[in-house]
Amino acid sequence: MEYKSVYANDYIQGNSTAVDESTANIAATVPVVLRINGYNHQLDIDPRTTLLDCIRETVGLTGTKKGCDHGQCGACTVHVNGKRVTSCLTLTLMHDGHEITTIEGLGTPDALHPMQAAFVAFDGYQCGYCTSGQIMSAVALLNEPCGPDDAAVKELMSGNICRCGAYANIVAAIQHVRKNT
Amino acid sequence: MRMFEFHRPENAASAIAAGAQAKTAQQGADIRFLAGGTTLVDLMKLEVETPRQLLDINRLPFDKIDDLPNGGLKIGATVRNSDLAHHAKVQKDYAVLSQAILSGASAQLRNLATTAGNLLQRTRCMYFRDNAMPCNKREPGTGCAAITGSNRMLAILGASEHCIANNPSDMCVAMAALEATIHVQGTKGSREIAFGDFHLLPGNTPHRETVLEPGDLITHVALPPPIRGSRHVYLKLRDRESYEFALASAAVVISVERGTVTYARVALGGVGTKPWRSREAENELTGKPANAANFRSAAEAALRGAKPQSENGFKIELAKRCLTHALQTASNA
Repeated sequence: MEYKSVYANDYIQGNSTAVDESTANIAATVPVVLRINGYNHQLDIDPRTTLLDCIRETVGLTGTKKGCDHGQCGACTVHVNGKRVTSCLTLTLMHDGHEITTIEGLGTPDALHPMQAAFVAFDGYQCGYCTSGQIMSAVALLNEPCGPDDAAVKELMSGNICRCGAYANIVAAIQHVRKNT
Repeated sequence: MRMFEFHRPENAASAIAAGAQAKTAQQGADIRFLAGGTTLVDLMKLEVETPRQLLDINRLPFDKIDDLPNGGLKIGATVRNSDLAHHAKVQKDYAVLSQAILSGASAQLRNLATTAGNLLQRTRCMYFRDNAMPCNKREPGTGCAAITGSNRMLAILGASEHCIANNPSDMCVAMAALEATIHVQGTKGSREIAFGDFHLLPGNTPHRETVLEPGDLITHVALPPPIRGSRHVYLKLRDRESYEFALASAAVVISVERGTVTYARVALGGVGTKPWRSREAENELTGKPANAANFRSAAEAALRGAKPQSENGFKIELAKRCLTHALQTASNA
């Protein structure tokens, strides 16, 4: 399925306002086809747009969250070709043709992914802001080399910060899924 | 973030030709090769890096790990750090490299970050990352805010009066101990650079971080054949147990036969302005009994030239204990 969703890039990226002569002739937008959750999005985007901003602001999938915007908190974690990455530290243009999965592509309210269901069952969140990133990381972890004990899970989940401190329940949810799938 | 042109060169030759138009080489340059982007995109957001052209090299054929005819290993420039750390031969024969990579960053970042990008990883010095502050590395001639500022995390080895920024890489520390070779293609053809010759000390040109010239494209890193019977340890000490840069780290490759050290390669991380190979420690170890006293002597030798800043004097003893403990662990392995 293909559809076109082009939005004005009228949001401000970074903090520079001065027009630099050396960049004055650069095209303001570049065409790219981004495949997210099985759908192709034909976009014209500002080359500065991170994958995170593209997913949220251009495509309109706001389940992926922006926390630190510097790769330090993990809230923006999505899958690219099956691997989890921080979408804030990668440019959209690097990912044309790649298979991108966001939290919206994992399950639906009626048919939750087992990891989503486990986070509910084990109360793996409080405010919920980090949760989509936590779940995307946790789902990717299922296919990564990871020792059986809690310490191994904690080490591989250290790139996802939870300021509410729901870590104990997040680990319990992940271990439940690992033992039951 | 400043505006830039995004290009995806068809092949290495066109990448090199495009890169050669840059005024300076790689770090801080107006034309930058883009691999994982975990350092570069971050610094572009902070406007510490302001390239007007990005050359995306992710789809060039440098993403493989291959056996070399001499028994060594060829690691492509765009091999992801996670793929390198989990490669069977790396885990078996170059364990210190796998351990070092897995001790750095997070799983998400390791999935993006590449071999060549990690080689060119830039310092985490907060003054370098803050455009409002003086920094000789970012803006030559403006001074060093770190020397009189917050310098707890910064270098105690290899610093100059112009820059005390430390190299943040874990991967590089292991590669220094493994005596890796960096292979580069440039406008004048191919060449190889010994790991120890690749990064530059800051001196009075802290903005120059490597020997790369405009257009130089790292194609791969070669590891020499593994040292049979050697034991590998990467020990990293930091403020929290995971997802944090090193205060001090040590990469150790050591062989012990009948109680005597027959081979030793040692490098330190977190403490140097570049990945810090210590031949002083290696000389202190080789041919001597593998015992606690000699390990401590090696650590003393490694840190003999250390100069603390106002807030990081503790790093000298910390680095010594880190190396001593790593040697102890490796010799008991």
